[in-house]
Order: sequence, then C-alpha cells, then structure tokens
Amino acid sequence: MKKLIHLFMGDPKKMFTPFNIVSGIILAMGFTIIGMRLIYGIGAVTNLDQDTPWGLWIGFDVLCGVALAAGGYSIAATTHLFGLHKYEPLVRPAILTGFLGYVLVVLGLVLDLGQPWRMPFVMLFPRGVTSVLFEVGMCVTAYTTVQLLEFIPAFWEWLGLEKVRQFWSRMTIWLAAIGVVLSTLHQSSLGSLFLMAPTKLHPLWYSNYLPVYFFVSSIIAGLSMVIVESSVSHRLFSYRLSPGSHFDLDELTLGLGKAAAAVLYVYFFIKLIGLAEGGHWNLLNTTYGYIFITEMIGCIFIPCMLYVYGVRTQNAGFVRFVGLWTVLGIMFNRFNVSMVALNWQLTPHYYPSWMEIMLSASLVVLGIWVFRWIVNRLPIMSDEMPVVGTNTLKALWAQAKAR
Amino acid sequence: MSTKPMNTPEKGASSCSRRNFLKLAGIGGAVALSDLAHASEQTASPGKGAKGVLVDTTLCVGCRQCEEACNSANRLPKPDKAFDDESALDEIRKTSPTAYTVVNRYNVNNVSVTRKQQCMHCVEPACSSACIIYAMEKQPNGAVTYRDDLCLGCRYCMVSCPFDMPKFEYSKAAPLIKKCQFCFDRQVEGLQPACVEACPMEALKFGNRNELIDEAKSRIYTQPNNYIHHVYGEHEAGGTSWLYLANVPFEKLGLPMLNSKPYPEMTAGAMSTVPMIMLLWPVLLMGFHHFTSGKDDAHNGHSNSRHVR
Repeated sequence: MKKLIHLFMGDPKKMFTPFNIVSGIILAMGFTIIGMRLIYGIGAVTNLDQDTPWGLWIGFDVLCGVALAAGGYSIAATTHLFGLHKYEPLVRPAILTGFLGYVLVVLGLVLDLGQPWRMPFVMLFPRGVTSVLFEVGMCVTAYTTVQLLEFIPAFWEWLGLEKVRQFWSRMTIWLAAIGVVLSTLHQSSLGSLFLMAPTKLHPLWYSNYLPVYFFVSSIIAGLSMVIVESSVSHRLFSYRLSPGSHFDLDELTLGLGKAAAAVLYVYFFIKLIGLAEGGHWNLLNTTYGYIFITEMIGCIFIPCMLYVYGVRTQNAGFVRFVGLWTVLGIMFNRFNVSMVALNWQLTPHYYPSWMEIMLSASLVVLGIWVFRWIVNRLPIMSDEMPVVGTNTLKALWAQAKAR
Repeated sequence: MSTKPMNTPEKGASSCSRRNFLKLAGIGGAVALSDLAHASEQTASPGKGAKGVLVDTTLCVGCRQCEEACNSANRLPKPDKAFDDESALDEIRKTSPTAYTVVNRYNVNNVSVTRKQQCMHCVEPACSSACIIYAMEKQPNGAVTYRDDLCLGCRYCMVSCPFDMPKFEYSKAAPLIKKCQFCFDRQVEGLQPACVEACPMEALKFGNRNELIDEAKSRIYTQPNNYIHHVYGEHEAGGTSWLYLANVPFEKLGLPMLNSKPYPEMTAGAMSTVPMIMLLWPVLLMGFHHFTSGKDDAHNGHSNSRHVR
C-alpha cells in the first residue's frame, strides 16, 4: 500500500515545498471561487456585465491557452511531417503541454459558460453549423482527443507494452496531419470570432485578416512556448533524462528561434498590410494607437530582431529570454483583441476582478501540478526511462488485494 | 498487380496509396455533407409573411405604457420605479433580463425625442448565425425567438449583436439569455405584440414589413419637413423587422450607424475556407511527408522506425 501511495503521490515528506504551499493556496482559492460561481452566478465573481459579456476567462483561459498550446501541433508537424527528426526529444513534452493546455481551456470555458452541463448538446444536436463558435467547439474537442491519442504511446511504454505501442504508433503520421488541420481551423477561427463585432472592436485591430493573424501568431506562440517550456523542464526535471540521451537542447533552441524569427517577420508584414488596408493611420496618434504601436514594435518587430541576434551569436540563453518575451507579446495581442480594444468606446471600461485573475491563476497552477505529476512518472523527457512494467503493477495490485 | 509477388515494393505502394485515397475520400465526403447541412440552414430572407413594427418617434410621447404591457405580457418582475413615474426618463436606461423594452428620452438641439428600444429582429440576425447551437431561431414571421432549452450561455450572441439586445442573467446559478421575443406566442394566436396594442399614440404600427416600409416612405413624402429622409432598419445590418422614423439624426437616438452588410456575411468568408483547409491540408502535408521521408530512405536506409513513436 505504501508503495502504491508512493507511486501516485510521491514522497509525502517532500510535499511541503514553498512552491507547493503557495500554489496550493491559489488552488484552494480557485475552488472556492468555482463554488461561489456555481451558487451565486457569474456576476458574483466577475466584472462582466451586459455590455462586456467576455472577459479574462475568454481572453486568457481560452485565447491565450489555445495559442500557447500550439507547440503540440507545430513540433509534431516539424518532426513527423517535415522530417526534421532532431526535434523528436521535444515532441512528447510539447504534446503533453498542448494536451494539458487544451484540457485547461475546456475547464476555463466550463466555468465561463452559463449552462456548462449542456456542452454535449453541441454534438448531440449540431444545429449551429453557420457559427464560428461551433467550428471552434468541434475542432477543440477533436484536437484534444487527437492530442490524447498522440500522447498515449508514452503510457504504453510506461506499462512496458511494447507491442501495443508499436501498433498504436502506426497512427502517428496521420495524427500529426489531422492535428495540423484541426489547429489551422480553430486557431484561425478564434480570430474569426471577433469578425462579428465590427462596431465594437477598435478599427486598428479589426481586420478581415483576423483569422490569418490568429493562425500565424499561434505558430509563433507555439514555437516560443516550446523554447521556454523545454528550457524550464530540462532544468527542473534533469533527473528524468536518461543517461543515454545526449541531445543538444541548445542546438534545438537555436533552430526553433530561427523558425520563430522567420514567422514573426512575416507576421509583422501581414499585420502592416491589414493596417494599410484599414487605412486608419490617423488613429495611430491616440491612446489606442500607442497600444497598437507597442504591440507591433515591442511584441513583434523587436522580438523578431532579437531572435535573429540570438541565433547569429549562437546564444541559446538569450533565445530563451526572447522566447519568454514573445510568449508575453502574443498574450498582449490576445488581451488587446478580446478585452482592451473590444468595446473600446465603453466607459467605464471592463477590467478583470481579483477573483477572475485568481481563478485563471489556479488553472495555470493546476496545469503545472498535473504536468509535474505525469513527467515524474511517464517517459516524457526521454524514451529510455525505466518503465513500471505490467509485472510491477500486478504485484502492487496483488498486495493491495491481500489487504 | 496479381502477377507480382506480394512483397514487392510496388504492390505495397499501390495498396497503401489506395487506402490513403479512400481515407481522403472519406474526409472529403464528410466535408461535402457538412457543407450541405450549411446550405439548408440559411437564414430566411424577408418574405411576404415577414412582420414588422414601424416606430414613429415623432408621435411617441414617452408614456411607457408599452413597457408596462411588455412587463405583464412576459410576466416579468415589477420595476423599482412605477411605469407612470416620469422621472424614469431622466436617465438613459438599457434593456435588461427583466425589461425587454425601455423608452429613453434624448435631448437633441433642445428638442426632446423619446424612443422605444427592444430587439430589432434582424432580417439576417447576427445572434442566430453566431449561436453555437442556433438557439436564436429566425421565424418565418420575422421574429427572432430564443430556445431556452438549448442555450449554453456562452454569450457570443451578446458580443455579436450590434444593438446589444441579448441580456444575460449574471446573478443566477443557471443563467439564460433574455430578450424581446416579438410576442411570438401572441402573434401565433393572431394578436399584435403587447407593446403595439398598448400604445395610445399609434406611434407603433404592426404589419407586414414590406408594407410598413412603403408606409414610412409615404409619411416622409407627405411630410418632408417632419422627418429625416431615412427609414432606419430598412437596410441597416441587412434590414431589421423593427423600423424607425425620426426628425433628428438616428445616431443621436442611441441607434448604431451600420452599413447594409448582413452580419452572417462577416464570418461567411472565413467559414467558407473550412472545407478547403480540410481537403487541401492533408494532401499537402502528406506530400511533404513523402518528400522528407523519401530523403530519409535514400540516406539512412529506413523510413518508419524513427518518426513513428
């Protein structure tokens, strides 16, 4: 029994670290807020009102969550479809991050919906086929499933079921391709959502190219997130790397940085085309104009140049720093489209309540906890980990039954 | 094929490509079917049966009897200020989950104009095309009604509506959207909407939308100095069932300035790329895969062992 607890909980003596205590408090507050929402309604815990129906839970939990989880399909496509197999060591952590990211997105959405228990209705009664949101819902559901299927081979390995894993692996290429299709669709559709608000979204952000912007920037967010996530997890979970695997993370980081720089460069110019097409140059010299310029220069152009600099000087540490900068930059864009520039004529303008922020924070904490729990058990960081094996599980089960 | 031994590469390649082709055909079929579903769900254009209401703000005196009739017809809770309390007009109010229509007084160039507002019942409603489960149904008589047994409470209708008419029950544990239903049940029974029936000034006129547009234009024609020469709602956002006449600019009366593009068309372009992406991406991606894995074969002598996990 003790062994079973150890397998699922880790060493109880080592549980009370400062991080665990702080994040545990955040989680507890998050659950309290969920309880309040379920009893007193969405208005009791958020600053949302009749003029501002969407706030932080859509802007951060859903829009940022989906964009930052784009590493899964980006890296899977790079490795499996484009044949750049040297990125293979990054695939599993990226898929796991992506999968958990999507689960958290769905969780965030559940809390934001008025009647979340009706979510199955969307599939049972597919009536809203002209709705962008319908497409987003279907794709997110399908893609979360695809990511689960992509991740499961690690589970078979953990159990030592080599034959099952091999059989399962036949799907890899197709799953990667379907993942790209579904991601193209829903990443861009999250931008299309705001096409329905031409009178409400600030003209500098409103553009018919919104879906293209959201898709292209999701690639940037995905690549940058993999840079950040791999560097953090390889530092924190270095003991989970098998001695045999000697891949050069710095080299991979530089490669990803190079790709991110290229996509950022393109993104900058397609944003510029949208600005020129809209023709609202006069609005640049307003408060909202300054926010837009901050996004264009500070979150797209400068990170692009810094990525180039980091790659040219072969400075992987610097590229990681730029990766974090870029991730925050894409989040800034999602915040602008969904909150800052939406209902821009409204006074007083919406800002999130502390409970909205706390709940979003507790979702992030939950993601980190589950990620850590899985990485500490399954072969994620490396495929040469000692496995649990079916025999160990059988023995544990027999022990548990004997008691 | 049958003349060749089973294990030749050609045989393997051809059966593989046939299987892949069938898979692609399956995806294509699914896409085509979903597109058919698309076509059948088109929003109704204003036919002969489409009803409307013409609101002549020059006749409205702001008595709020329409509000009271709406309140009792929809069995809504009584408001804090009684319906005969004129001080309610001192501030600009908005509709709410417990008040589907409100009358506001606007002072435009020292002229006070009162305007009733409620759901406009668009000819091509933004809320219907935005709704994830089509809970906002466009009825043949022009009404946009709400299915409270389907709604998920995502509030995308509120984001989409240019008139900000769907309202959400933020203080309820199981909240729903609330808005004017154009008294759909009354109309089925052959009755006028409650607000129209209650109006003592005949500022509200219920009838066929096409005839109301003619009526509005003839009022402008016969009293050209009494009206702005525009029927608000004839073309705005592709047309609305509720139409307004006024003697001051409509934007001064809290009505948004909209062009004639119907809201469903805002996302139609983006949605039309969905089948294209679903059909083209797999072919392109598998093509990429073939090119890159082919190189692998030549140089490393294996194809599947590395990239399959």
